[in-house]
Amino acid sequence: MAILKILTYPDPQLKNLAAPVTAFDEDLQTFLVDLEETMRTGPGGVGIAAPQVGRFERIVIVDVSCKSKITHHGRLVLINPEISEWEGFDIGREGCMSVPDYTGNVIRATQIHLVAQDETGTVHEYDMEGYEARAVQHEIDHLDGLLFIDRLVSRRHDLFQRKVYQPKPKN
Amino acid sequence: MSQWFMVTLVGKDQIGIVSKITMALYQVGCHLGETSMLRLGGNFTIMMMVSYTGLAPTLENLLAPLAKELQLHIHIDAIEGQLHQHQEPTVRISVHGADRAGIVAQVTQALAQVGLNILNLESDVGGDTNNPFYVMHLEGTATVDLPTIEMALQNLLNSQPDLKVTVQLIETVMM
Repeated sequence: MAILKILTYPDPQLKNLAAPVTAFDEDLQTFLVDLEETMRTGPGGVGIAAPQVGRFERIVIVDVSCKSKITHHGRLVLINPEISEWEGFDIGREGCMSVPDYTGNVIRATQIHLVAQDETGTVHEYDMEGYEARAVQHEIDHLDGLLFIDRLVSRRHDLFQRKVYQPKPKN
Repeated sequence: MSQWFMVTLVGKDQIGIVSKITMALYQVGCHLGETSMLRLGGNFTIMMMVSYTGLAPTLENLLAPLAKELQLHIHIDAIEGQLHQHQEPTVRISVHGADRAGIVAQVTQALAQVGLNILNLESDVGGDTNNPFYVMHLEGTATVDLPTIEMALQNLLNSQPDLKVTVQLIETVMM
């Protein structure tokens, strides 16, 4: 068990394209333990991608189960993940261990269909939405050398429209 | 040893204000920190954190000829602020309604009473001279929950039912 060193922007290695995982061996299992431990030490701790610790392979761990009142799949090891369908979009605020002291607004799909292998190489399919879908899209971006700051939209002029608060009728 | 200054510049908008001012600062070795630059009613306004190794009067003298040329008012204060001290907003509030005096004062008074700290606020007047409307967006940190904020605004909304107020929590996905 070890906490791995997080690469932080503007480290150019964060732009590397990650290679597919081919060997589901002992080395991978050891790495996954360390990767998850590293994720859990982070300020948010709901997701991490292997390139963030300098291992340029298509490995992501996501666990948004700490958030109440959302649908999720618990702790997920996603290896060679691929999003095959996107639906809807929403603006939301994101932060990242690799981009300290900065958060920004990013547009993401609200629902995704995901195909990924687990730590044994078995293929799974997931339908995800909301917070979990956002976390997964953020992490998969790391595999393609993208950070959320590559996708920022203005903080100033976004129109968030989810809940409209209207005055209660007078009696 | 450098020190942070808050540099304020305001004047009639024209092309090149930002480039000329920031180039002048760059050429004397200044660093810029967090800044806000925007056009308000035909004026261009700049507030920026500038790191400089000298004193405020020296920095002001360096910028004075250019400020004069561009017809900008300039004001400089040494500040204690630092970088890397961002607070994350937890709530976003949008307001719009027919323009009249007091919208900002009344809404923010209600918000201050429940301890909301405004981190940024922008507002604008749209429509035309006969039918102006007011739009305000603000983000801030609140220690109270959404219903408490909504309740704080309720009296105001009861008396001014045409005001449309949207209160939303900002959920930051931290990874």
